[in-house]
Amino acid sequence: MSHPAKASEFLKDPDKAKWHDETLWFVRDKRDNSSKGIPEWEKLRGTASQIKDNVLANLDKYLLAFEEKAKANHIHVHWAKDAEEHNQIVLSILQKHKCKAIVKSKSILTEECHLNPFLEKHGVDVVDTDLGERIVQLLHQPPSHIVLPAIHLKKGEISDLFHEKLQTQKGNEDPEYLTHAARTHLREKFLAAKVAITGVNFAVAETGEFVVCTNEGNADMGVHLADVHIACMGIEKIIPRRKDLGVFLRLLARSATGQPITNYNSHFRSPSPGKELHVVLVDNGRTKQLAREKFKNSLKCIRCGACMNTCPIYRRSGGYSYGSVVPGPIGSILSPGLDIKKHSTLPFASTLCGSCSDVCPVKINIHEQLYEWRQEIAKNQGLNVKKLSMQIANGVFSVPFAYQMSGALLRGALKILPSSITYSGLNTWGKQRELPEVPQATFKNWYKKNKA
Amino acid sequence: MSSKASIIASIKEIPLEATELPEIPRFEFSGNLTDNFSIAISNNKGAVISQTQLDNFITSNGITEIIALSAGFDAYNSRTLPSNPHELDNLQLAIIQGQLGVAENGAIWLTDENMGLRALPFITEHLVIVLPKNSLVPFMHEAYEIIGDQQSGFGLFVAGPSKTADIEQSLVIGAHGAKSLQVILI
Repeated sequence: MSHPAKASEFLKDPDKAKWHDETLWFVRDKRDNSSKGIPEWEKLRGTASQIKDNVLANLDKYLLAFEEKAKANHIHVHWAKDAEEHNQIVLSILQKHKCKAIVKSKSILTEECHLNPFLEKHGVDVVDTDLGERIVQLLHQPPSHIVLPAIHLKKGEISDLFHEKLQTQKGNEDPEYLTHAARTHLREKFLAAKVAITGVNFAVAETGEFVVCTNEGNADMGVHLADVHIACMGIEKIIPRRKDLGVFLRLLARSATGQPITNYNSHFRSPSPGKELHVVLVDNGRTKQLAREKFKNSLKCIRCGACMNTCPIYRRSGGYSYGSVVPGPIGSILSPGLDIKKHSTLPFASTLCGSCSDVCPVKINIHEQLYEWRQEIAKNQGLNVKKLSMQIANGVFSVPFAYQMSGALLRGALKILPSSITYSGLNTWGKQRELPEVPQATFKNWYKKNKA
Repeated sequence: MSSKASIIASIKEIPLEATELPEIPRFEFSGNLTDNFSIAISNNKGAVISQTQLDNFITSNGITEIIALSAGFDAYNSRTLPSNPHELDNLQLAIIQGQLGVAENGAIWLTDENMGLRALPFITEHLVIVLPKNSLVPFMHEAYEIIGDQQSGFGLFVAGPSKTADIEQSLVIGAHGAKSLQVILI
């Protein structure tokens, strides 16, 4: 299903859509206040962007250096070409430990690899421990936002869900009450799990350590109580030096939620005595994206979600309208690289206003890449309706008489056309929008009359 | 070919232009380290307290299960550190020593040496960190300069209590980990 078709689904509940729009704008606003609170913001963005450029130019060297250091620190390092190999590696570790129940903190990569359904098929009970992720998992839904997984849900829906699954009081919608019910429920899972899986925010080539950031502390509750910790990361998560963390940790939370830093920033360098620590390095299309000169910068992404919160399309269409693991502007430049056919409408789900590029903490030229993907997709596809209308426009604009006539016709038409035609299915921009009032005369006529 | 070899080979095939790895700039800090740190901690929903306030907190909350690892706070200990972290499940208060604090965001650096067990600062119901005033630095950059090539198996920047806003963006303290973070500056 295309982005516009799925966005229409989301917009069927206009009150909820409005709430979604305003709530994400509120998060964007917090990001603005936070970034403006430090005068060095632009300098930090510039530095982070240069560091990531350097990473992409030396990815092989940094990966090998990371592996060498990590191994010396008694970390088991695995390499996976694709999602399937990644999932097999994780499963084989679980089988070695005869483990049938795991806890998992937020990892977009494991979503990308569809690890949960794979493990469940093999009889492993997977519990997502981030509160938002646990909520969507209990609903059998994917996250709708990479930082705020349950942002598409209202507290009434969560209250009903928890009443059914966690036996909370019927109708009690108090977020504190519901959160503490989840705390009790998940505490049992933490205490019972032998293996814990986490994602990785940054992996340091210089030291062989990796960093995981959370506000809930759920990643740490999982791994420090389990015997085995498996950390899954895309190969682009490497940074060169430990001191680079100072730059990225200042940018990440400010961009994501407006906080100066996440409350827990855990640096894993070697396992606790008697425990096991594994890192899985995953390609899954990343080296292909690196080879695309126009699109390789998308790999600089640190997954803060700022481009989603600011995007006028994302805010009004919801995360599910994208039909990709990473939604929003960054998802719309990453996903076509994985499957151009499936994701062909995503680069068009943008006004090209450029706000995504303006807020990106590592200065990815997101809106320019959206435009570039449109060219690629147009080359791949034949003539379509949009192209046809552009060709008509081209004809009209190139002949002055036709332009003047069409203007007069349209001014008349806008007044008399029933809205069912103006807001027809062909014109997706008509949805949720009112047309402006039609001026009485053209600017040309107004000028003739008033120039004296 | 192994997956490692094939991933490395695919990267090597790509003509990539060399780029400079930038030096981390130095930034001017204006303000008072202690004041800024205290404000940052309270913005993160933690608090800077005195030892008297700690005593009152323990009494008023009827706290009896305490592990104190910070030097000079031994008298608070009601039990010893177990070898199995699962036994910490009913721990009400941990008092541990912080190595350094960051004024801009309230982050406090801890390593294995301070925590005893890595689960301790997370699983405890309440967390108190004792931090020398002269360990405060302006930004994360100075913090990493001091950390340097310190070789701890686990290191943590903790900046506040466990929190979440996953239900309608309403902030709730005490998601999974410690329900409070209090800092005693000495």
